[in-house]
Amino acid sequence: MILPDNRTYERRLLMRGYSFGVLEKLWAIPWLFVLLLCAVAGVGYVALLSAGEGVAEAYASKHALRFGFGLVLMLSLSLVDIRVIARLAWPAYAVGVGLLVLVLLHGNVGKGAQRWIDIGPVQLQPSELMKILLVLALASWFRRASWERMGNPLFLIPPALAVLVPVALILKQPNLGTALITATIGAAMFWAAGVRLWKFAILFAGVGLAAPIAYERLHDYQRARITTFLDPESDPLGAGYNIIQSKIALGSGGLWGKGFLQGTQGHLNFLPEKQTDFIFTMVAEEFGLVGALGTLALLALVIVFALLTALRCRHGFGRLLALGLGMNFFLYVFVNIAMVTGSIPVGGVPLPLISHGGSAVLTVMLGFGLLGSVHVHRDVEFAASHD
Amino acid sequence: MSAARKEEAARRGVFTRRALVLGGIQLGALGFLAYRLKKLQVDEGERYATLAEENRISARLLAPPRGRVLDREGKVIAGSQSNWRALIVAEDARDVPAVLETFSRIVPLTEAERGRIERELRRRRRFIPVTVREFLSWEEMARIEMNAPDLPGISVDVGATREYPEREHLAHIVGYVAPPAEADMGEDPLLELPGIRVGRAGVERFHDKALRGRAGSIRLEVNAVGRVIRELDRREGQPGQDVQISVDAELQRTVRARCEEGTSAVVLDARTGEVLAMATQPSFDPNLFNAGVSAAQWREWTSRRQTPLINKTTNGLYAPGSTFKMVVALAALEAKVCTPGERVHCPGHYDLGDTRFHCHSRYGHGSLDMRGGIKLSCDVYFYEMARRTGIDRIAAMARRLGLGVDLEIELPGTRRGLVPTREWRQAQGKPWNLGDTVVHGIGQGFYQLTPLSLATMTARLATGRAVQPHLTRAVGGRPVKGMRPDDWPPLGIPERDLKLVREAMWAVVNEEGGTARGARLPGNLGQLAGKTGTTQVRRVSREQRERGFRVESMPREWRPHALFVCFAPFDNPQFAVMVIVEHGTSGSGAAAPIARDIMADTINRFRQPVTAPPARVAEAAPGTARP
Repeated sequence: MILPDNRTYERRLLMRGYSFGVLEKLWAIPWLFVLLLCAVAGVGYVALLSAGEGVAEAYASKHALRFGFGLVLMLSLSLVDIRVIARLAWPAYAVGVGLLVLVLLHGNVGKGAQRWIDIGPVQLQPSELMKILLVLALASWFRRASWERMGNPLFLIPPALAVLVPVALILKQPNLGTALITATIGAAMFWAAGVRLWKFAILFAGVGLAAPIAYERLHDYQRARITTFLDPESDPLGAGYNIIQSKIALGSGGLWGKGFLQGTQGHLNFLPEKQTDFIFTMVAEEFGLVGALGTLALLALVIVFALLTALRCRHGFGRLLALGLGMNFFLYVFVNIAMVTGSIPVGGVPLPLISHGGSAVLTVMLGFGLLGSVHVHRDVEFAASHD
Repeated sequence: MSAARKEEAARRGVFTRRALVLGGIQLGALGFLAYRLKKLQVDEGERYATLAEENRISARLLAPPRGRVLDREGKVIAGSQSNWRALIVAEDARDVPAVLETFSRIVPLTEAERGRIERELRRRRRFIPVTVREFLSWEEMARIEMNAPDLPGISVDVGATREYPEREHLAHIVGYVAPPAEADMGEDPLLELPGIRVGRAGVERFHDKALRGRAGSIRLEVNAVGRVIRELDRREGQPGQDVQISVDAELQRTVRARCEEGTSAVVLDARTGEVLAMATQPSFDPNLFNAGVSAAQWREWTSRRQTPLINKTTNGLYAPGSTFKMVVALAALEAKVCTPGERVHCPGHYDLGDTRFHCHSRYGHGSLDMRGGIKLSCDVYFYEMARRTGIDRIAAMARRLGLGVDLEIELPGTRRGLVPTREWRQAQGKPWNLGDTVVHGIGQGFYQLTPLSLATMTARLATGRAVQPHLTRAVGGRPVKGMRPDDWPPLGIPERDLKLVREAMWAVVNEEGGTARGARLPGNLGQLAGKTGTTQVRRVSREQRERGFRVESMPREWRPHALFVCFAPFDNPQFAVMVIVEHGTSGSGAAAPIARDIMADTINRFRQPVTAPPARVAEAAPGTARP
């Protein structure tokens, strides 16, 4: 359907079965997509330059460096055979869960939650990594699913546990936002794997019943976020401050924006965390609706590319992996922008490739490396493992 | 294999459908975000632009410097000095108690101070700074600046505080300033500024509006923590205007040096009514009001018998005693109930029905005309004159001479005093008896007059013009009406009558037998004309009188007040002086010598004619200008 079956190199790899040359792989890397990522990172560079009052050393140059490092990581990963990746999926997942446990035991406390571990010079946020590892694990699991197996509820129990264990660990940190995002990614994977609609109906009914109980158990700051979200103006100097200032920054940008380095909200420090979670408001304030929609369009193209990669892939593992990675990226973008526009509660989710912060860039680029691998190896044949 | 392939194809179909649904949801969600952005940035953009502008721009009021008060020579008697102070803005501090706690580890704050700060913070809007501590030393300032990061919302700035170089010498005239009361707030936005002071008494209060000036405003670009990024624009206010008053600071100091506790003295320019000096002992130091008067100090001031805070020249009420006799004489002459030459016999007492009124001379003055009556201060003569004239005509004359009327002096709270009339007594539901009239003929009875009004009376007698005592010479450099004799209308009392009274007053001082022979001016200072007064504060009973009591044996606070009014030089009156010594026993003994010395000081000080008035404003006709 989408794929023309007559490209020479595809035939060759079908024949060779296992691998093809590095040069061919390099040729197969989606360079347009890489260019797109560079464009997104470029927006981030400009925004961070502005957040640093025009001084690149403040945030922007570090951002560029990290992106460059991430790009190398991504390109290298793209060349790794997808079947190797599939084989490493569960071990990687196990490592991820181990890190989550480690962060609970020895993590650094930041803003009332244990989220970080120091690995050498970099700080790692295992919950971010976990989302990708979960996608890998679920893709690996459902790759082998036949109709008959999908019909058997017992077959769904291990992947359900694979979702619930990290979600529970992340909740324990506590980090409600990431836990919800992780759960959503899991649900999307189940859906894409072909799980029946009525099973989802049961799931959502269960969630609906559990929600009030969960609310009871929420931390005060989490409840405050929810109540502030419902009425940010109720506490303009407290928890609602961020949302109000963010909306003022966005709104005052207007259609064309105030111009580079001219944003008053950001430069006068009315915007909290302007270089991290609220970076999008810098863009929207200084470059207006035009700049904001342009950035949104670039990010949407990234998501579209992930979707197309999923659709073009000939094996179930790659399909599910690409779809999950796309979902992960989409959720970053959606939650962040919905947050700064005051559409959902503040969640501490960065805008990938634009926000300042090493962990996020590397995790996202790791995901794109996997996506690149799917793209490069979209036509490989998995050994028949239908046992 | 074909079944497997079929299933694979079917599964891919399902995946494709579902992936497209997910993709649709994702793009829909992004579309929703795009819609939100459009709504925020375009549809509501203007509203948020305004909010951003408000965020960015902070309008502040600029306190104008308070005008100075100058004496007639231009000497500063109320000025400003720098005052380094720490301010707190509640909005920026967020956690005020914690910040104050930190602050007090750097510069200790008392509980009372903290209470005041928290009270003021509650009273004012959150972005208005409140003074934490004033009069910081250099060292304290340095310590605060060094710890600035731990003190959000705290800033140090320099303000102006009032300084009164003459200290207690001019306190009652200049008054003092204090922070505005809650009731004043809202009238002028300026009053909300930290460290602002309003005049609470005296000239500071009377001319408060002129001295205060008008607030300017400044629009600043600020960031979220309130730090000023830059100034956008500035509208200068109007600085407070200087007020020049007629008092001469040097003379005032000399006059005060002559006054003991309980003594009040007023020196007027008799031709214009300008107050040259006005002293009350004891006094207070108005500088103490700057930093806030301590409770102990306040108690000391208010509990003292001789209340230092009260200006007794304008607020002390006394019976005028014999100094009132000129009023009775003029009233009698105007009523034509006697001629100046008509003699009245004084046997030492005056019988009305079966009531006997005594003269201060036990054995009587013999036969006296009006001049003699005043010169010897014969009570019997004035009992008779009062009886003939009637209280209402006496009261009318008293008012014309400035007694018991509002003199409109620029000292808020000045008492008008009381000159009784028949009607006034009847309003109290009591009849007016002839005996009352007789007693009032010698300035006793219900009279309650201020030293200032008696000085005014003397000035009016001396010049024949209805001068009013006043303090203001110029506001903001513009001269004020009332500095030339021509500004004041004539009293409408025949010059012949006035001349008679003045000559009698001259005789009091300069003639053999006058009651104040000791009050003659020394050297070539000219001749003084005056009148003594001694007013009982307790009734002398017949028993005491028969025993021949001596006032010296009475407790001090029972002794009579001593009064003396005078003007000089006799042939060309320039100055009027009034002195009252509370419980001074005798006008001639206690008050007259002080008044004489003050008059001598005054004449010496103004050897040249009293400082000429400032040039008239342009619209004055050239013909009226004084040479």
